[in-house]
Amino acid sequence: MKYDVNEQGFYGDFGGAFIPEMLYPNIQELKSSYREILNDDAFKKELSGLLENYVGRPTPLYFAKRLSEHYGTNIYLKREDLCHTGAHKINNTLGQVLLAQRLNKSRIIAETGAGQHGVATATACALMGLECIVYMGAKDIERQAPNVSRMKMLGAEVRPVHSGSKTLKDATNEAIRDWINNQDDTHYIIGSVVGPDPYPDLVTRLQAIISEEIKKQMDGLPTHVIACVGGGSNAIGAFYHFLEDETVKLIGVEAGGLGVKTDKSAATLALGSRGVLHASMSYLMQTSDGQVIEPHSISAGLDYPGIGPLHAHLHDCKRVLYSNVTDHEALEAANRLMQLEGIIPALETSHALAYLEKMTFNPTDKIVINLSGRGDKDMSTYINLAT
Amino acid sequence: MQTLKRVLETKKEGLLNIYCTAGYPELNDLPTIVNALHDAGVDMVEIGIPYSDPIADGETIQQSNAVALKNGITIDLIFEQLEKCNKDIPKIVMTYFNPVFKYGLEHFCEQCQKVGVDGLIIPDLPLDLYQSMYEKLFKKYRLSSIFLITPQTSTERLKYIDELSSTFIYAVSSSSTTGKISGINTSDRYLSGLKDLGLKHPILVGFNISTSKDLALVNQHAQGGIIGSAFIKHLRENRSLEEACHTFVRQMLKD
Ligand SMILES: Cc1ncc(COP(=O)(O)O)c(C=O)c1O
Repeated sequence: MKYDVNEQGFYGDFGGAFIPEMLYPNIQELKSSYREILNDDAFKKELSGLLENYVGRPTPLYFAKRLSEHYGTNIYLKREDLCHTGAHKINNTLGQVLLAQRLNKSRIIAETGAGQHGVATATACALMGLECIVYMGAKDIERQAPNVSRMKMLGAEVRPVHSGSKTLKDATNEAIRDWINNQDDTHYIIGSVVGPDPYPDLVTRLQAIISEEIKKQMDGLPTHVIACVGGGSNAIGAFYHFLEDETVKLIGVEAGGLGVKTDKSAATLALGSRGVLHASMSYLMQTSDGQVIEPHSISAGLDYPGIGPLHAHLHDCKRVLYSNVTDHEALEAANRLMQLEGIIPALETSHALAYLEKMTFNPTDKIVINLSGRGDKDMSTYINLAT
Repeated sequence: MQTLKRVLETKKEGLLNIYCTAGYPELNDLPTIVNALHDAGVDMVEIGIPYSDPIADGETIQQSNAVALKNGITIDLIFEQLEKCNKDIPKIVMTYFNPVFKYGLEHFCEQCQKVGVDGLIIPDLPLDLYQSMYEKLFKKYRLSSIFLITPQTSTERLKYIDELSSTFIYAVSSSSTTGKISGINTSDRYLSGLKDLGLKHPILVGFNISTSKDLALVNQHAQGGIIGSAFIKHLRENRSLEEACHTFVRQMLKD
């Protein structure tokens, strides 16, 4: 596929493995084995069995009748929120836990922002009987409390991270440091299409099932596919099998925070420039001295100053349109979905929904929105704003 | 890189290289620290350009980076401060790839040469990228790229790193973040093995050296040692900078 990663681990100018020598053996081990493992029949059978019977895949592609009427078009929701654990993240963690077993790793580490990836990792580890440690920014521990409790119930250890902005970026730094210090027995399950090569490709492959299913579930091609973008895993999952169908408009929605003209935003492609964060070349929010800027978003899962390298590439070659919506617009969109469709979406997902307000429609359009997760974890935010 | 080369050629054992973070503890402390270390008999200094996300560093150096950034340190300010440092002591700049990339690699190298920097340690700069894109620049501005090796680095890769090196090779005492473990006794076998590798370039050992005993042990096997976290901690606990530099070096050289 023309947008796939090249032999050097790059998507155009983006990607690569900017890692210290201490991580070289681990990355090398992963790089030299992941494709073979992912393509192995026994692996594929085990993973697809779990996805079907444990996660509940395929997830429905639901025609949202009232939302469609509201906008005068046809809107379909890809129901990743109905996955076990409540978000698309489990597609990745189950695949990576099976991979870790084949690499003989007994200890799993992960970072998490919203806690969805942490919960999905803890779940997969409980299922396989593996030790699980999740790094989470202290600020996120506060604002996503239900997920912290869930991780602990599932047997994971949650380690608070107090450095930097105390959010996803810092949790990722800490997970990388853990991996440097525990190389032999540990596999790092990164939660999005970020990090050093081969992670962006590995996670892309595991999330691509979303668009594979959409393609089967739809009668013909959609006109648009819309997804929110933090690191970009649910978005690439929803886009992947449409990348070469150039008529399908693909739209990624970043978190605008209080607005891209304020200094409280997480819209990386609107505000960022080229650079290396978490070991891959992409766009990131940074000062003129290359210091990473602390982002802001109401949604912990989108509160990240970088973006996966494949998205940077798709942005530069204009295959995907990247936009952003504010905290406020996302909250309004969440309320709209609750009241028109009886679905409480995750705050992250609400950003994708909010983009509908910025579109003009044809009655014949077929718009797919990737409903990446459900809003259980965001109850306190929704309740506080409703009162 | 000539100053560094000269020191490596004239002093064949017991080299002491001390790391400090520019902008720490106070914004303009760098020249005072470098000059005091020189007076105290340190053979070379490693100057850290702070970065917001230092993934290879443990808590102590993470914290010194964060404090320095809060103090308002910038790359240009560091270049100005480097001009005020003693010219005779070899200077190695350590930082991460992103600040250098954002500053502009060529401009960065040019400035380094101008203020008398001998070499660069950029731990997250991939070897193949260095070779294909940046080696020419480093050569043009007479900067030595100093690469890390770990106990897990394969012999084949060691040879490749040796080929790409031009002054010394930085062997980390154990594959960890900086200052993670206290003491380096666990890496004795690794250290003794280094000598037998037959590499063209000398080796300095760093990470987790915190006492004069650690340093003495390293010196049995390598041309010298690099101390980072222990020195930063020492600075944190002592008021007068100059005195702190002198007492630290005295302590380290007593065995
Ligand atoms: C429901 C949901 N959607 C989206 C995201 C953003 O991540 P990504 O961009 O990798 O899909 C998260 C991350 O926590 C999430 O929980």
